[in-house]
Amino acid sequence: MASRSVKIRASARGDMVTVKSLMKHPMESGLRKNKKTGKKIPAKFITEVTAEINGEPVLVGNMSAAVSKNPYLSFKAPGKSGDTVKISWVDNTGDSDSGEAKVR
Amino acid sequence: MQTKRRAFLKGSLAAGATGVAVGAGLLTPRAVMAAWPNKAYEEATTQADALKAAWGTSGAQDSGDVNLKAPDIAENGAVVPVTASTTMKADKIAILVEGNDHPLCCDYSLKNADPFLSTRIKMGKTSNVVAVVHSGGKLYQAKKEVKVTIGGCGG
Repeated sequence: MASRSVKIRASARGDMVTVKSLMKHPMESGLRKNKKTGKKIPAKFITEVTAEINGEPVLVGNMSAAVSKNPYLSFKAPGKSGDTVKISWVDNTGDSDSGEAKVR
Repeated sequence: MQTKRRAFLKGSLAAGATGVAVGAGLLTPRAVMAAWPNKAYEEATTQADALKAAWGTSGAQDSGDVNLKAPDIAENGAVVPVTASTTMKADKIAILVEGNDHPLCCDYSLKNADPFLSTRIKMGKTSNVVAVVHSGGKLYQAKKEVKVTIGGCGG
């Protein structure tokens, strides 16, 4: 399951690659309450994201809890068909995951 | 006397345990996200403060070269699709929401990528969405007001 938490679609047009990705993550802000128990749901959100093409970082970002649940991220970078795109994240509790895909 | 002493011990033990739990709960995330600019995201309440904490500069000027695509009306404030791009050579892009308690949503350093970014953000209420671009040591921004319908279904 873990390896499916980052979905990546990358397509090449000329020498540019358009990457679209979905990360499966609750992105809890820590402010919401559980309706049944009235207790606060602890914060859990992605803080850092790194995107690499063929092992070279192209995009490094920080996120806050103000990014929607199951974050969507799309960007464009130089590359070509057959390149490997890798996106990895780390959240505020220390969990991390990554996903890889080949550029079509 | 004996019973009081028991009660006192119990009370202090319980307090001690919660103290440790709170301490651990607060400390672990801090230690883990060492690189995360906590100040920019959790302490800053204005756009200028957030940008200053994140990038060391503030005072963005409006620019027509920064494009921000966002809906006029967002029916669900929890999922607002936003796209920011620019024709300038930029090395950083951030997306902020003026009306949120902590305006900074996300910031990205572009190592080699094009200045184009698309994501989805949360908005607490109707306000301006701001895309800020760091280009040549200066900040340029574009704003767009997004109306948030609390009801969720257009009403």
